[in-house]
Amino acid sequence: MKILVGIKRVVDYNVRIRILPDGSGVDTDGVKMSINPFDEIALEEALRIKEAGNAEEVVVVSIGSDACQQQLRTGLAMGADRAIQVQVDGPVQPLTAARALLKVVEKEQPGLVILGKQAIDDDNNQTGQMLSALWGRPQATFASKVELAGETATVTREVDSGLEVIEVDLPAVITTDLRLNEPRFVKLPDIMKAKRKPLDTLTMDELGVSAENDIQVGHHAPPPQRQRGIMVEDAQQLVDALKERGLL
Amino acid sequence: MSILVIAEHDGHTLNVSTARTVSCAAAIGGTIDVAVLGSGIDAIASEAAAIEGVSRVLAVSGDHLANPLAANLAPEIVALAGEYSHLLGPSTTFGKDVMPRVAALLGVNQVSDIMAVEGERQFKRPIYAGNAIIDVTVPEGATVVATARAASWKQAPQGGSAAVENRDATTSAPGHTRYVELKAAGGERPDLQSAPKVVSGGRALGSADNFELIYKLADKMGAAVGASRAAVDAGYVPNEMQVGQTGKIIAPELYMAFGISGAIQHITGIKDAGTIVAVNKDPEAPIFEIADIGLAGDLFTVIPEIEALL
Repeated sequence: MKILVGIKRVVDYNVRIRILPDGSGVDTDGVKMSINPFDEIALEEALRIKEAGNAEEVVVVSIGSDACQQQLRTGLAMGADRAIQVQVDGPVQPLTAARALLKVVEKEQPGLVILGKQAIDDDNNQTGQMLSALWGRPQATFASKVELAGETATVTREVDSGLEVIEVDLPAVITTDLRLNEPRFVKLPDIMKAKRKPLDTLTMDELGVSAENDIQVGHHAPPPQRQRGIMVEDAQQLVDALKERGLL
Repeated sequence: MSILVIAEHDGHTLNVSTARTVSCAAAIGGTIDVAVLGSGIDAIASEAAAIEGVSRVLAVSGDHLANPLAANLAPEIVALAGEYSHLLGPSTTFGKDVMPRVAALLGVNQVSDIMAVEGERQFKRPIYAGNAIIDVTVPEGATVVATARAASWKQAPQGGSAAVENRDATTSAPGHTRYVELKAAGGERPDLQSAPKVVSGGRALGSADNFELIYKLADKMGAAVGASRAAVDAGYVPNEMQVGQTGKIIAPELYMAFGISGAIQHITGIKDAGTIVAVNKDPEAPIFEIADIGLAGDLFTVIPEIEALL
């Protein structure tokens, strides 16, 4: 079986973002960029499935400008066998991303597609669900445990009311939640090795995909800030302050 | 304009996220219908009909709709979509799972996590874990498919008396996705997402046993119990108690954080709360930057003291 993993280049998890003064977007100039953390978990899961003998090949795919080749190389260094860049400049909305991924899926015929549940930049949480809809295949979103047995996968999902278990026939799309695994660190020799692994580039034109029904994104504003309140000395003062506010 | 709200339920009762989504729909305007999809849903449909502002409840029954499987629900929602300009679901794990599948089948992008309504097709939503708020506009001609960010919308009040229209499902199960079980910790405590008071604990509790302190205080206050990601990752409490960007985003009247340092991902989950109380040993903890009432102290002495004063 082949596993396809989607990875997105995003502003690093630890960066405090800055909104451009004219509100036209978020400043990404000179900002550290990384693989979306949920996608790193997706890749780790794929690698573990391969290492357990349940898959032969792990292919990473990213949709973006040439800069995203950096993240694809990191994916190769983690252990992916091959990389595909779908070349496109500018932001790509989930429906377009899902359509492009579907074309890659049709070409590659993976038994499993693993994506992060959401990207930490636009926080949309849509692409995996959209890909499985367009593909007409099962979706197992927000996965915290994946068990493969022959042609099915049993997936434990983190839902608001607890842990939901579903069984899906393969091929299927799985999206990852935080507790699925802890991604490995990349070792230096692997970075060297990754430079020799194949990285193919496709264009949206070649895939026959163009953006449709894009949502127009307008002004960016900082969120309303909460003000620092009062400090109290002890439990008595705390309880008094709550009583004063009618909360106890 | 006509809006269809997709109800969330557990097979027995309507989830409060539905009444919150109806509030968001009311802000958009037009007629509001609610779709309840499931099996044996008469009581749930009646609950939906009692939400103020709802014109009609579509109760769609089918054995394959009994469990919340997106692959089974989405085609049925699409079958209902024709009459509507807007399809709205809650931004809970249920809505996040099913609504994008609906959007893709309709060939549109989804507006995730509506915080505010600026026009029929114009909304505000958070990105970068709530660190930026953007204006988005859905193009003319496209059905608006969206989720409503629960913490931004109050529950629409009771008092409605909408007609309930019973229908049989028009789609059948694709068969490739099967529900196995829900492992819920359960319990008798108030629901974290709708409780007016929440008591929450972090890594400083140190163990699952010590978390009893939090439960005891919460029970005395009639509060729901939450936790930081660190406490969940450390195994003190189950995942459904996690508050924050990747857990639940909540807006109680009172939020009390014990031993939570206040990582940005946690703050994202609580910043709509009415009053935030923080107790932490470290007076420099970032949670004090946003707390209305702060106390720098040891939770192991402070919690029993508070309890004794209640």
